Amino acid sequence: MTWIQAIFTALASPLFYKLTILSALPLVFAGIGGVFSEITGVTNIALEGIMKLGGFVAAVFIFYTGNPWIGLLMGMIGGLVLAFLHAYVSIEWSANQIVSATALILIAQGTVGFLMKPIFGQEGQTDFLTKIPMIKIEPLKKVPFIGEIFGELSAFFYIAIGVIIFSWFLLYKTPLGLRMRAVGENPQAADTLGVNVKGIRYFGVLMSGVLAALGGMYIAIGDIGQFQELMPAGKGFIALAAMILGNWNPVGTMWAALLFGAADAMNIQLQTLMELPSETKALLNLLPFVLTIVVVGGFIGKTRAPAASGVPYEKE
Amino acid sequence: MASKSEVTNMRSKWMSFLVPALAVLVSLLIGAIIILAIGQNPIKAYGVMLKGAFGSRVAWADNITKMTSLLLTGLAVGFGFRAGVFNIGAEGQMAMGGIFAMIIGLNLGNVPPVIAIPLTILAGMLGGAFWASIAGWLKAQTGAHEVITTIMLNWIAYHLTNYLVSGPFTVGIGIPKSPEIAKSAQLPPLLTAQASTVPSGIIIAIAAAIVIYILLEKTTLGYEAKAVGFNPYAAEYGGISISKNIVLTMAISGALAGLAGALEVMCVHHRIFGAFTSDRGFDGITIALIGQNNPIGIIFSAFLISSLRAGSNSMQTVGVPDDIIVIVQGIIIFFVAADRIIKTWIIKASKLGKNKSSQTIKGGEEA
Amino acid sequence: MSEENIQETLKDYAVYMKNITKVFPKVVANDNVNFAVKKGEIHALIGENGAGKTTLMNQLYGLYKPTSGEIYVFDKKVDFKGPSDAIKAGIGMVHQHFMLVDNLTVAENVVLGSEPKKGILFDLKFAKKEVKELSERYGLKVDVDAKIEDIPVGMQQRVEIIKTLYRGADILILDEPTAVLTPQETNELFEILRALKNDGKTIIFISHKLKEVLEISDTITVMRLGKVTGTVKTSETNEKELANMMVGRNVVLSIERPPTTLGKSIVKVENIWVKDNRKLDAVKDLSFEIKEGEILGIAGVAGNGQTELAEALSGLRKIESGSYMFNGKEITNLSVREIRELGISHIPEDRQRRGLIPEFPVYFNLILSQHYKEPFANRGFLNFDEIKKYSHSLVKKFDVRPPDIYNLAGNLSGGNQQKVILAREIGSSPKFIIVSQPTRGLDVGAIEYVHKELINLRLNKGAVLLISMELEEILSLSDRILVMYEGRSMGEFENGELTIEEIGLMMAGKRIEEIKVLEKV
Repeated sequence: MTWIQAIFTALASPLFYKLTILSALPLVFAGIGGVFSEITGVTNIALEGIMKLGGFVAAVFIFYTGNPWIGLLMGMIGGLVLAFLHAYVSIEWSANQIVSATALILIAQGTVGFLMKPIFGQEGQTDFLTKIPMIKIEPLKKVPFIGEIFGELSAFFYIAIGVIIFSWFLLYKTPLGLRMRAVGENPQAADTLGVNVKGIRYFGVLMSGVLAALGGMYIAIGDIGQFQELMPAGKGFIALAAMILGNWNPVGTMWAALLFGAADAMNIQLQTLMELPSETKALLNLLPFVLTIVVVGGFIGKTRAPAASGVPYEKE
Repeated sequence: MASKSEVTNMRSKWMSFLVPALAVLVSLLIGAIIILAIGQNPIKAYGVMLKGAFGSRVAWADNITKMTSLLLTGLAVGFGFRAGVFNIGAEGQMAMGGIFAMIIGLNLGNVPPVIAIPLTILAGMLGGAFWASIAGWLKAQTGAHEVITTIMLNWIAYHLTNYLVSGPFTVGIGIPKSPEIAKSAQLPPLLTAQASTVPSGIIIAIAAAIVIYILLEKTTLGYEAKAVGFNPYAAEYGGISISKNIVLTMAISGALAGLAGALEVMCVHHRIFGAFTSDRGFDGITIALIGQNNPIGIIFSAFLISSLRAGSNSMQTVGVPDDIIVIVQGIIIFFVAADRIIKTWIIKASKLGKNKSSQTIKGGEEA
Repeated sequence: MSEENIQETLKDYAVYMKNITKVFPKVVANDNVNFAVKKGEIHALIGENGAGKTTLMNQLYGLYKPTSGEIYVFDKKVDFKGPSDAIKAGIGMVHQHFMLVDNLTVAENVVLGSEPKKGILFDLKFAKKEVKELSERYGLKVDVDAKIEDIPVGMQQRVEIIKTLYRGADILILDEPTAVLTPQETNELFEILRALKNDGKTIIFISHKLKEVLEISDTITVMRLGKVTGTVKTSETNEKELANMMVGRNVVLSIERPPTTLGKSIVKVENIWVKDNRKLDAVKDLSFEIKEGEILGIAGVAGNGQTELAEALSGLRKIESGSYMFNGKEITNLSVREIRELGISHIPEDRQRRGLIPEFPVYFNLILSQHYKEPFANRGFLNFDEIKKYSHSLVKKFDVRPPDIYNLAGNLSGGNQQKVILAREIGSSPKFIIVSQPTRGLDVGAIEYVHKELINLRLNKGAVLLISMELEEILSLSDRILVMYEGRSMGEFENGELTIEEIGLMMAGKRIEEIKVLEKV
């Protein structure tokens, strides 16, 4: 099969679209997490670390309890704790947010590596664990094409839909959302009107922790059903790119995530459709990262970051 | 006569030593608590670690070998910081340096070492500089944040290495790896300790630190880089081209990381394989921050981290996973980012000390 | 007005701040200040930059806590934890730098922090209705749906006033409200303030412009160096007395500008167009010439393209079209370095952001832009001996205090920072200098100094382009004046040819030809 043939075959199959959605899911969660943090004025490049820790904590609790929902809850709490550390030093101590987030990525990586063997008895990856269940919609399944895409999807898909709607409403239709957007743009103005700048920033960063953890958990216990130390393999940073491309808007971030997801899905499809030597497959793995660079290089300046993002707010 | 500002400068120099030193101590202490939490003895674990880092000639050789590339990646990140860029991509630049050095080094069999060695080193530096310049160019042209682009370039370099050692440059069976570079392009060891050797690369790395120090403090290039790092608007106003400086800074930073990769190939493995950079690029961030981005400080912090890394391998033997060092590094960086926490401690402690001493003086007078 | 008096009649007062002291780590900003404002009056608070006016008002608004002292609002002792407490007590403040969120709409800005709700949702419709009502009631014209970043400064100020009214403010604090307005807009603002006063509101008006204060206020309190030097009835005082109270000595209100003979025309700008950061045209079709030994003043309200003009002429911003000639040579869009090498220098309007590298010591700041040239550098290496020698002489000549070249520039006071910039830019004896807002935020002593240096430069045959938002500064220094409005020239004239009122009309968008027609009629 030639490249052109393979690409068209892929585009014609429902599997490609399903894979696109599935590859986009972690980026949707983490990217919207990034939106929550940055729109209140705190950059959070630690999404990568939070995803890793979230997935790991969920795996640990599923390993001990066998209940994926307990794992999900604890993973979210894990993300919350890590994000809290970032929030605390950024908000209370005017820390350099990029450096602090880098620290958290290392702490997450170290913690996971440190606990793998004591808990699972092996390094690198865990055994297969109980996954968050799939949701089957029988009548939908019978619809041709559409059914093959949406008929049976992980519960994470529905959680993601909920997150997108919830965050859009929160940010653009509620008083809290108005305050969040104001705090990220001009914290001093918000402060003089009695808006609790610190409180709102805590909320934004903590939300980013919960959401990024969900993204990390999807990869581990939604998709594969196993935690691997290498996860999420750069997806936390691609999520940041999706946030930028999506113009710091939850719905925009979703579309950007789908674009990155499509690149991933095409990569997977081409690898299976064409009989490629292993080294060419290794080369194809570059695609999503190259795309990210192109997008970040091409779209910055055309979208508008919250003006106070990354700037500590201090009175006086 | 010391002017007032010289006194404050001295005080800030003292602070820039005290803050990272305390950050390291506190982080090691938290590390000890974590070791306790998994039921191991931290004193024993740290003891083994010290022994692993300094306990024998072999340990020293291993330590210095690690320090060579760590010093260079630390310099790479530190130089970037001084000029206002956060080069989180030393890992990928080191990989590209190794790849370039390997490709050139393979083909220098008939060339005498006097020419082959500098050529291979140069190739490595060019490789790193080229890779970093991509991120620099994107930042200068479009404002793309270097943290995202350099991370992506890390992944691309990682996959590229895997491609090269499993495809065009593959050799032998087992782990995919490249062939060995020509003998004439390999750097001879400085000393040999039993099976281990102390690579002569360490001399080159320390020389690089001194060169970077001179570059930053004594030259117009350093003046301009620091000006852009402190206040790009003022630098631009003073006729300094920001975009040129960003690309140049990234190139120098990348060249240092590339040199680390080249030396790793020329002194240690003599070839490349998947992930041969083993996170040295990321360690460079910790090292730069502990060394307060001062090239001379970075020599010492590189030695500290190489000792921790070298020693942590031995900790495995007493049941403490070596990842504890990654956690400790994370905590160090965390405290350096939030340096105000530590500064507040220092100020509180010094006030406490002053009160106490004045009280004792009072007591003495009464008696 | 003795203290007992106030205590007895406290109920007549809207605000009484008693024995207020505010200490910051480095300075005592307010030193035992007593300040009382009667209900329903317009009370002016005047003083030089740094006299402690804004600090005092920030305490009344709950932004700072006094180190010691008591505050009474409407007869009640208050202890504000933050602005929201002050807002509840009926206080509203319009800050000098507007506290508006650029990417939100007018209505959203007004209600932020006290949003109307419908269930859990934000009720935007109701918010818009409220804002419209307030706007109509006091004649505060605004567009409720426009984003702040798209509306002019005058409207932004009206949004700020509506913000306070929406929160039910009975006491309005306005911090230097006229700084950004044309004389005509100032008059409109005064009409609004009078309407508010008639409605029973109490107004505190912070300013350093004596004429305005005499026009609008009922009572005036003067501050100097953190202390109150006196409170007087407006009807019983005059400009001279107030100036004395403000500065503590007789001030020379105008500087001597000795006549000079002009040299040849050295700077020639023809039909230039420049864009701003948002890629909109900021300078439109502007032309002028400057001769050796001449000061050309650019008058205009802030934000009419002056910043972009200065940046374009110094090489920091692209000139989209038109020509820029120096000494008969085309220099359009040369780099900053190339332009500087011709002997053109630039005092930027934002000294913190553009003019200095605060983390560099003074001696490094003094060579910025010449750092690569002999004798300061040789084959890429800095020559520290020469740099220090040169710096010592400049610091001495320009009286930088403390006279310590190792001091970090960020540690200097605003006035001394400006001296470092002057030393660097004038010390290199430029042939042409672009000067933007050279005295913003400086005290009277420093202002006199800066003006003297500019006049000296003119006597030495330098060409000066002076951009200032202070019309008085333009009038006292310039030989010729050009008025800019929305990026265009409204006309050019010899200093003294037109009255302040006429210049004001030009600043508001009337062309000089229209004014001359009016004159004839």
